Amino acid sequence: MMTKITPSQTVGPYFRYGLTPVGAYAWNDAFSNDLLTPDVSGERIRIVGRVFDGDGNAVPDSMLEIWQADAQGRFVNSQDTRGVPNSAFKGFGRCGTNPHGEFSFHTVKPGSVPRPKGKPQAPHIVMAVFARGMTRQTMTRIYFEGDAANAADPILALVPDERRSTLIASKENGAATYRFDVHLQGDNETVFFDL
Amino acid sequence: MPLIYPRESNAAHAPRLSPDYKSTIKRAPTKQLIVMPHTLSELTGPVYGHETVREHDHDLTIQHESEPLGERIFVHGHVRDEDGRGVPDTLVEIWQANACGRYIHVGDQHPAPIDPNFTGAGRARTGAQGYYKFITVKPGAYPWGNHYNAWRPAHIHFSVFGHSFISRIVTQMYFPGDPLFAHDPIFNSVTDEKARLRMVSTFDLENTQPDWALCYRFDIVLRGRNATPLDSDDD
Repeated sequence: MMTKITPSQTVGPYFRYGLTPVGAYAWNDAFSNDLLTPDVSGERIRIVGRVFDGDGNAVPDSMLEIWQADAQGRFVNSQDTRGVPNSAFKGFGRCGTNPHGEFSFHTVKPGSVPRPKGKPQAPHIVMAVFARGMTRQTMTRIYFEGDAANAADPILALVPDERRSTLIASKENGAATYRFDVHLQGDNETVFFDL
Repeated sequence: MPLIYPRESNAAHAPRLSPDYKSTIKRAPTKQLIVMPHTLSELTGPVYGHETVREHDHDLTIQHESEPLGERIFVHGHVRDEDGRGVPDTLVEIWQANACGRYIHVGDQHPAPIDPNFTGAGRARTGAQGYYKFITVKPGAYPWGNHYNAWRPAHIHFSVFGHSFISRIVTQMYFPGDPLFAHDPIFNSVTDEKARLRMVSTFDLENTQPDWALCYRFDIVLRGRNATPLDSDDD
């Protein structure tokens, strides 16, 4: 029997003490913006960015969640049957934006992930954007500047040329830091996916 | 078991642009969303062990020195998929205002008292059949700035993960018969009345504990149903 899903509602302005308290409230964090575990292998990277609204103003009350494979391209989830990752790395992170709309994540660069028929996808991180004023999360993807696999990625290929750059995190100063700004609207509106 | 996630199910959700809820105007995407197939990246999602939820995290009434003020309630129910199967071992997070309609959040300036014995955050992990239970106090209604004399109906925020990153949902649970329903643009951002009513809990006399606490039932249905070969829309 089919049952109908529960509709989404906005995360609202007051999620912080419940979902991202980071020491400011009498509640502990279930998740953080640091995905690294001592035993994780792969290239350690930092992803930084800001969230902007349609007026170009920083969004100080949004929450970003990321989900990714490990450096070998494996997900810590039973739907991924290709073998168990060999570290404590979980692949999930959560970060609320600060008063300047800024967020950051510490993680490893994911490996490439197959599609059902084995064609590879370029390394990418799935991102969900929640905020006051958003009736539900929007879904986007973080790809990495300079990765040769981007050219053949089947999802990037669905995106019009002129918008593709909104999905590619840019390398900052040659260091292992990538910048990924999220524009909810505007000329540089980030590509969001219908899933 | 592999699940599929028909896009039609998203029809239950509010439009992303819902102008009566004014904050959506500058925050809803204006360009066409790109339709994409569901790949392994979307069909998987975070899985958490028992370490994420501590023994008393589901009881919001014992987090401080004394009990919070307000009407003590149980909120319980099942998290299910679209086939009606319970979603086991999934994380349910809640946050809410206190009985006076005041959030502990520093940004909430509503001149109603803060309760030093109430933070308003909790989490639980569903059991084998998808069952969860919280103990809390009934939150109060509170004013907000959307329009003149705007008040939010009493609600509890819910965050649920489910089997995959596609099934993830953040929503709000309401209480039956609230007179503010007709006047709340967030509640009414969900335009389909039947869908809207799925966000309203039901009073549960059977599980109300005599001389202790009223009970409300709130069942949550996440995207996802049984895959059959004919249903696969991916390559």
